[in-house]
Amino acid sequence: MEKAIKRYWPVFVLPTLAAFIIGFVWPFLQGLYLSFCRFITIDKATFNGLTNYIYALTEADFLHSFWFTALFTVVSTLAINIAALAIALALTREIKGTNLFRSVYFMPNLIGGIVLGYIWNILLNCVLTLLGKPLMSLHAPYGFIGLVILMCWQQIGYMMIIYIAGLQSIPGDYLEAARIDGATERQILWKIKLPNLMPSITICLFLSLTNGFKLFDQNLALTGGDPAHKTEMLALNIYQTFYGRSGPQWKGYGQAKAVIFCILVIAISLFQLRATRSKEVQQ
Amino acid sequence: MSKKIFALALAAAMSLSLLAGCGGGNTNTPATSGSAAGDGSKPAATGSVYYLNFKPEQDEAWQNLAKAYTEETGVPVTVVTAASGTYEQTLMSEIAKSTPPTLFQVNGPVGLANWKDYCYDLSGSAVYGELTSDGYALKDGDAVAGIAYVIESYGIITNKTLLAKAGYSIEDIQSFADLKKVAEDITARKDELGFAAFSSAGMDGSSDWRFKTHLANLPLYFEYQDKGIGTTDAIEGTYLDNYKAIFDLYINNSTCEPAVLSSKTGDDSRNEFLAGEAVFFQNGSWEYGNLVGEGKFTDDDLAMIPIYIGAGDEANQGLCTGTENYWCVNNSAKEEDIQATLDFMYWCVTSEKGTKAMAEDMGFVIPFKGAQESPNLFVKQDAAYTAEGKMPVSWNFPTMPSENWKNEVGNALTAYAAGTGSWDDVVSKFVDGWASEYAALNG
Repeated sequence: MEKAIKRYWPVFVLPTLAAFIIGFVWPFLQGLYLSFCRFITIDKATFNGLTNYIYALTEADFLHSFWFTALFTVVSTLAINIAALAIALALTREIKGTNLFRSVYFMPNLIGGIVLGYIWNILLNCVLTLLGKPLMSLHAPYGFIGLVILMCWQQIGYMMIIYIAGLQSIPGDYLEAARIDGATERQILWKIKLPNLMPSITICLFLSLTNGFKLFDQNLALTGGDPAHKTEMLALNIYQTFYGRSGPQWKGYGQAKAVIFCILVIAISLFQLRATRSKEVQQ
Repeated sequence: MSKKIFALALAAAMSLSLLAGCGGGNTNTPATSGSAAGDGSKPAATGSVYYLNFKPEQDEAWQNLAKAYTEETGVPVTVVTAASGTYEQTLMSEIAKSTPPTLFQVNGPVGLANWKDYCYDLSGSAVYGELTSDGYALKDGDAVAGIAYVIESYGIITNKTLLAKAGYSIEDIQSFADLKKVAEDITARKDELGFAAFSSAGMDGSSDWRFKTHLANLPLYFEYQDKGIGTTDAIEGTYLDNYKAIFDLYINNSTCEPAVLSSKTGDDSRNEFLAGEAVFFQNGSWEYGNLVGEGKFTDDDLAMIPIYIGAGDEANQGLCTGTENYWCVNNSAKEEDIQATLDFMYWCVTSEKGTKAMAEDMGFVIPFKGAQESPNLFVKQDAAYTAEGKMPVSWNFPTMPSENWKNEVGNALTAYAAGTGSWDDVVSKFVDGWASEYAALNG
């Protein structure tokens, strides 16, 4: 078997590698090059040096959207993971109808972001109208809260499933031994369950951090960046720069922003992975 | 051995399908239809036409016209319509393909600035010679980069039946003061009458162009008139108080509270008008097909009146008439495709079938010598106003510096309507935003 793999590895590796290069590596390199250009269509690009990056890093809207995104990511990551873990803990006890609850909580995740965004847009705006408050597209804090609610509603079920799987894989004898030793429920949670859950927590934090940072559909559909770019997150800001403006310089600016964005996302996820991995324990 | 061959075959099949997938992606064009191969009995066609259409309302009519042209000449014509509000994006990705659109459109001088490197010089073409006035050509220096193919009008569409119920007729509205008096009287008696003056000024993205672009044209127009200019990179906003007055009138005499306007769509506004909940509805001749028909209004119910803002010579003010639709031919297309496209354009505006389709099916008034009369009521009214000696208000909004400028003004207007922003913000976006966007445009 091993010999066969040694001899035939190109057959297995090359098709996928070719697809990866054609579909990912090459466009990425081309995108990197275009971030130094002015262009409308990519076959007529002119080199522009660092102008695009200088513009991107000094644009007030882009910086605002960075901080807005960062705040959103922190708040939504915390809210999603705390709630998901709480529900997972509740649903791993022997309650009747656990499976029903699990399916119901998971369902929101099956609906696409754009649809959810529009539904919540109508829903939240109706509530705000009834309360006599300004609508989301007029008042940025409401837009922010709306986004957090929407993301929680969509993501909690998904993270919950991962946490449930993690909880169920904790060997029963750990818990039993702890109980015999007289540990309280609280001690069991902090000393046994959470350390053993670290792999799940790593995954969930990773997913919700990157999801929050890269959020686009929900942002577009729920607030569209209104009022006046105040609720515009990074991905939407890049999109608006690239497509919302006309003129060759804007394509370059958008491209440069996209490269900065890509580096940010990679850096944050690497940092987070390293930080939580170090806390994982061997079972 | 046979297992190995099987595995090899599987792998080969997989890589082939991958490559095929990539290859297919490049030549694919979205939602194409209307193209047909030439009939064998007809002369072999060289070249083909690919028209990227801007107006979703007229998609079907264009598809039919393309089919008719192919049957007549054997030249394949593909018409693709970009989804509403995504024309620039679609054009950008389509034009980079190996079979780019041969015929596309820009919205005026500002749109042309983006696409002028792709525009074929139409100055010697037959279709250019058919224009009724040189003013309908979009020029880039001496070159004719684009040709207007439709003239449209907008104003305040009025439900005459409801207006009569309120005790007025359209003759009573000859100025901004009249309009204000009538609208405020209707609002005062709203409960008794059962309808409002204006349909909701929807500031949702699907309809805010009615105010940030079309209504904003009026203060622009009067300022340009005063200065005798056609475009500027520094607007003063001399008529912004009038802009405020008309916008206030719209939002305070409407079917809904100003605070909820930001979520009202263009459809909401039209449906209110169709349901007889409002007398006035600011929109253009392109709405005709949506308003008149079975179960809707008849020509006798409707009229379009000029948008009076209390500026200029109101007694002689006509509808806002102009164009923001210019045809451009892609200069990077193949030689024979360019020729085929020019022939197609010429056929559309001169042949019996083409002009008839443009007038009747699409409801257009076209600025070409061979134009036929359109059954569109609003278009006829525009002609009647002009015949009475009224001055049409020209479309100056294609000189607005960018889409972003319009959005910023629209945002400020929405906030002002809801009470979360002030009118000063609108003025600053209008005047200062104009200057900074022009600076960015040229930078």
